[in-house]
Amino acid sequence: MNWIIDAYHWCAATFPTLTMAISLLLFPLLPLIIGVAMYVYWERKVIGWMHVRLGPSKVGPLGLFQTFADVTKLLLKEVIYPTNANKKLFLLAPLWALIPSFAAWSVIPFANHKAWSDANAGLLFLLAMTSMGVYGIILAGWASNSRYAMLGAMRSAAQIISYEIAMGFSLVSVLILAGSLNLSDIVNAQAGSKGLFDWFWLPLLPMFIIYFVSGVAETNRAPFDVAEGESEIVAGFHVEYSGAPFAVFFLTEYASMILVSFLAPILFLGGWWSPFPQSWGFLGAPGWWWLVAKAFFFATAFIWFRATFPRYRYDQIMRLGWKVFIPITIVWVFVAGCMKYFGWVTTGA
Amino acid sequence: MTFQLICFYAFAAITVGAALAVISVRSPVHAVLCLVLTFFSTACIWLLADAEFLAIALVLVYVGAVMVLFLFVVMMLDLDLDPLREGFVRALPVGLAVAFLMLFEMLSLIGVRALKLAPIGDPAAAAGMSNTEWLANALFSKFLLPFEVAALILTVAIVAAIPLALRPRVGVKIQHPANQVRVDPRDRVRIIKMAAEKPAMLDAPVVAKPESPTS
Repeated sequence: MNWIIDAYHWCAATFPTLTMAISLLLFPLLPLIIGVAMYVYWERKVIGWMHVRLGPSKVGPLGLFQTFADVTKLLLKEVIYPTNANKKLFLLAPLWALIPSFAAWSVIPFANHKAWSDANAGLLFLLAMTSMGVYGIILAGWASNSRYAMLGAMRSAAQIISYEIAMGFSLVSVLILAGSLNLSDIVNAQAGSKGLFDWFWLPLLPMFIIYFVSGVAETNRAPFDVAEGESEIVAGFHVEYSGAPFAVFFLTEYASMILVSFLAPILFLGGWWSPFPQSWGFLGAPGWWWLVAKAFFFATAFIWFRATFPRYRYDQIMRLGWKVFIPITIVWVFVAGCMKYFGWVTTGA
Repeated sequence: MTFQLICFYAFAAITVGAALAVISVRSPVHAVLCLVLTFFSTACIWLLADAEFLAIALVLVYVGAVMVLFLFVVMMLDLDLDPLREGFVRALPVGLAVAFLMLFEMLSLIGVRALKLAPIGDPAAAAGMSNTEWLANALFSKFLLPFEVAALILTVAIVAAIPLALRPRVGVKIQHPANQVRVDPRDRVRIIKMAAEKPAMLDAPVVAKPESPTS
């Protein structure tokens, strides 16, 4: 291993700016991409167990390398362009979906103020980046020159914009209690001696549920996956995609799912703080492992939802978003304001 | 030349180029995408000017929501391009006049005053606050009334948009979830009490055969 470190030091000494730029790009991306591969494997395993099957078990120990084999196959396949498709936009669409969903990772803190960019307006940046992702889907639908893809894009655009409102309002309650847009400050506002009873999920329980359900809807996952409803519109917006561009869409979806799984603990479940009281020694100590454990739970919940719930009907999705979630979130903004004003909730250690 | 200055020139060049492309490209969808790029590079310029809240809000509101709907409408409408291009030369003088008027107004508001005054620096940094915090303090204390009036106007606009889009449509088979929930089983199924009917067994002894109405 030493020669790798030596080589890195040599590069850092000879080309400081270039090495810095490349490592800045690679360090967040490589773990994320490997995480996505492992997540896909875990999804197939869990769904297999839920269906009383084995799941992938042949490639590598316990089938661990199944995803890498699949990705290699996918990248070697031919990219087919539909006739009369707008070729430039057809290739731009997956990238436009991928880049914002990766950029959003730059503000996620893994420990106290240990984020790629400890920006003050971190939460706003996250919202801005996730709202950019919808372009990829709309452009994919339009540039494919296919009716199925267009229908998927239409559904997705309406759905994502609707649920973004509910999601934004549920985050407003978090902002009111935490008093900051910085994600590390939000996590620190949930610290306290009572462990998990200091976290925001308790005073903001409806917002917590609405946030996660909206997150599932934003990432176009089951039971809200009408954008790619196989039984109705074949595969929706990515029906015409094959090979590497399809792999990029796949990567985007799973990266966004992991992002939502990390955000739910950061905003509502105390991030890196331990669920146990701080007097419990090792168990009560904060650390990145708590954040990862909580995120793992939510990531598994995504899979669990997919195996359990049937797909929503389209008008039911819209009704749930506009007539149920948005009114509740607006009311809870007032409730959160009262909690803060009258001091019903203590924030910070 | 500092790194920030290079970034500023790059973003400014992209902004101007994309803005020109908005009015010069053939396809309306490409024009909308160029407008998105214009907004995004403008946000980057604002970030360079330390206005991080405004920059991110621009991306969030205009790029993330308004332009998506714009793109959606342009994709849905099957636009005929030729009549759109015909008016271009005729409308150009009017457009240029409006553009120059706006430039003059902006220069008179911002440019001339900025030249007269010494640069005051970032007020948020001077107050020791983050950009967002300083803006919120200003909005909710000094400018509370204008802020509330603007919110009210926006709410009225939203409510007004609903009657514009809402028209009575006939012949749509829409499901009313309230009716579905409120349904009473007695409206659908009628339960009648009656004696059980037993089929006559084939090899059972026939004891008292009821008189059939036909015989």
